[in-house]
Amino acid sequence: MRVMAQMGMVMNLDKCIGCSTCSVTCKQAWTNRPGVEYVWFNNVETRPGQGYPRGYEDQEKWKGGWKLDRKGRLRLKAGGRIRKLATIFSNPNLPNVDDYYEPWTYDYDSLLNAPAGDDFPVARPKSLITDKDMKVEWSANWDDDLGGATEHGYKDPIVAKLGDKVKFEFEQAFMFYLPRICEHCINPSCVASCPSGAMYKREEDGIVLVDQDKCRGWRMCVSGCPYKKVYFNHTTGKAEKCTMCYPRLEVGQPTVCSETCVGRLRYLGLVLYDADRVAEAATEPDETKLMAAQKSILLDPRDPEVLAEARRSGIPEDWLEAAQNSPVYDLACRYDVALPLHPEYRTLPMVWYIPPLSPVVDALTETGHDGEDIGNLFGAIDAMRIPIEYLAELFTAGDIDPVNDVLRKLAAMRSHMRTVNLGEAVDPSIAEAVGMTIAEMESMYRLLAIAKYEDRYVIPSAHTEVANALLEELPGCSVDFTSTNGDSSVGEAKPVPVTIESFQLTKQRLEAEHYSDLDHKQ
Amino acid sequence: MSGLDTFLFIVFPYMCLVSLVVGHIWRYRYDQFGWTSRSSQWYESRLLRWASPMFHFGLLFVLMGHFVGLVIPESWTTMVPESLYHLMSAGVGGIAGIVMVIGLIGLIYRRRTTPAVFRATTKSDKLMYVVLGTVIALGLTTTFYWQIIGGGYDYRQTVAVWFRSIFYFNPQAADMASAPVLFQMHAVCAFALFAIWPYTRLVHVFSAPVGYLWRPYIVYRSRDVGGEPGNRGPRPGWDRQGGMSGNRSENNYR
Repeated sequence: MRVMAQMGMVMNLDKCIGCSTCSVTCKQAWTNRPGVEYVWFNNVETRPGQGYPRGYEDQEKWKGGWKLDRKGRLRLKAGGRIRKLATIFSNPNLPNVDDYYEPWTYDYDSLLNAPAGDDFPVARPKSLITDKDMKVEWSANWDDDLGGATEHGYKDPIVAKLGDKVKFEFEQAFMFYLPRICEHCINPSCVASCPSGAMYKREEDGIVLVDQDKCRGWRMCVSGCPYKKVYFNHTTGKAEKCTMCYPRLEVGQPTVCSETCVGRLRYLGLVLYDADRVAEAATEPDETKLMAAQKSILLDPRDPEVLAEARRSGIPEDWLEAAQNSPVYDLACRYDVALPLHPEYRTLPMVWYIPPLSPVVDALTETGHDGEDIGNLFGAIDAMRIPIEYLAELFTAGDIDPVNDVLRKLAAMRSHMRTVNLGEAVDPSIAEAVGMTIAEMESMYRLLAIAKYEDRYVIPSAHTEVANALLEELPGCSVDFTSTNGDSSVGEAKPVPVTIESFQLTKQRLEAEHYSDLDHKQ
Repeated sequence: MSGLDTFLFIVFPYMCLVSLVVGHIWRYRYDQFGWTSRSSQWYESRLLRWASPMFHFGLLFVLMGHFVGLVIPESWTTMVPESLYHLMSAGVGGIAGIVMVIGLIGLIYRRRTTPAVFRATTKSDKLMYVVLGTVIALGLTTTFYWQIIGGGYDYRQTVAVWFRSIFYFNPQAADMASAPVLFQMHAVCAFALFAIWPYTRLVHVFSAPVGYLWRPYIVYRSRDVGGEPGNRGPRPGWDRQGGMSGNRSENNYR
């Protein structure tokens, strides 16, 4: 056993209202620069839908992730090292601007400067790629809320796989939102695809990053990632990706997407895993058992043997404590309600999802039945095959049983809490029907429904004995470090914050003559 | 041997090589972030799909030919029969050259006609294209004029001797001065290309990722030793003077 720590995220899809606040705040923090106009480290997809980039889940086309060869060994789906080097001059699997969208702005100037005339001036869309006029035809979530689904819905790779069973007629349609960030996989195929060795997984917390100084722009990571969450900055010629806001995590703050989520549906926490068994889990021959294999390498942070091994690996005490309080471990392993996205890609993704019960409840309520009655809910889960088969294609490689189990737990929690809230006699059989005790059910309810800030985010700060001099007091909104005096050549080559800092700290830093003049007590 | 010969075949090559070596060291130390192939495949891949591999693979074969002809002494290559050597040099070299030129024409056509790619073309790219295109055009003309139409010129006795002598620091300019003018022009232009090399996107040649063949797939690295959490380490670059306001990491994201 070799214990490693991994920062993970869980998203509770029942709570996602598709507002895209996470996408916007992430973009403001990280990708509001030329070259990454089209880049969404975080995006929110309506499912069924094509996702971003269009149809990225069709790995027969994009060749992302891993596969097993005939002898059951793990191989990159796009081919190994020699094939990668042979196709380096033209990557055959690289999505291009048409698969994402052509970013644009509007010619706002013409609204103000157009000469007087008979017509109202208009702001025409201008391409940010060519500066020319363009026709806006697609963007990151063009099929939001099933927009155009009667025409485009069948291009969703999962819908195509399920055949005619998914209907887009208004009465039969279902939908939910799927927010996506980088999965920070335990077995990342982007890292394995990088010819330069510029991508790496951090030993301490498993965050997958691109070293901007080592990246040479070979773009194999972009095609190697099955989730298409590594992007090509077309101005710098380098790869960029979600950093899990590591500058924030290191000082104990949640990611920007989590912090600003109005539905409070995101959870952040550590899991411990056995690094010696990663290959074993990723090579599980049966795709439908990959989810279980992935969970099996996660270690119980309360097991004394695991703790002893973790200490031997040098994981600090406060990190072990954080792992014990981790909502991610609880939701994925203790309550067993969080599922990985597309485990069949064999990357062992570490962003987990609690599948939504809402398509079932909505359909049930529309028929005039009580959407909180346990009998009705269980019956509806059994009867409503289509949304569940769809969810199973997303989260369990098509196996509907684990999805059913999760939805039954959520349904039972819903019914149980109604009896509690209405002061009715508590029926222990509801919890027992899904293999839980009342105490477990109520603590799961507290985590999922009450979802206190300190329960959602259990983030140990990074270890360094240096004072946290540049820790901000308040979450500010400026990430602009541009020198105000226009003199860019001054300043010691000392660490400079890449996290948000408050106005006072920015001012103090800009005015300080020397790094040592800064007030380190803040 | 005139003063011009001395300049063109001794002074100029050394100037260019100094620029090549010093330029690369300088850029490697101070501009890791700018060191990239600057691929434009994201904008357009239909033309790139055939043009880029044709150009690059053709070029690799041409470079191998140059290695055989210039670096390996004639006493070694004469072990191969003269007619076979000539067939290989003119035949394989000619075919590789044509493949490379078709690829290059495709790439230049693509660069000029695809608005997104043309907009992303820098002045350094344009200069590089002119010099590289001239070197290739002269090289191919030389091959066709002397080796295919003409009976074959044995550059191994003049050009190759001069080329190697540069690296022994005992330059034999007289040998090169006696070579046909097309060879001379090709060689001088090639040295000009070496001179501008470090300041263009051509640096990507020296980061060919052959280490990938032996590296383990998954790379682990410890958190950057930058000091405080939430900060990054010091950046390579010009030594700074004075206060705190300058900031390299921000430049990297522009």
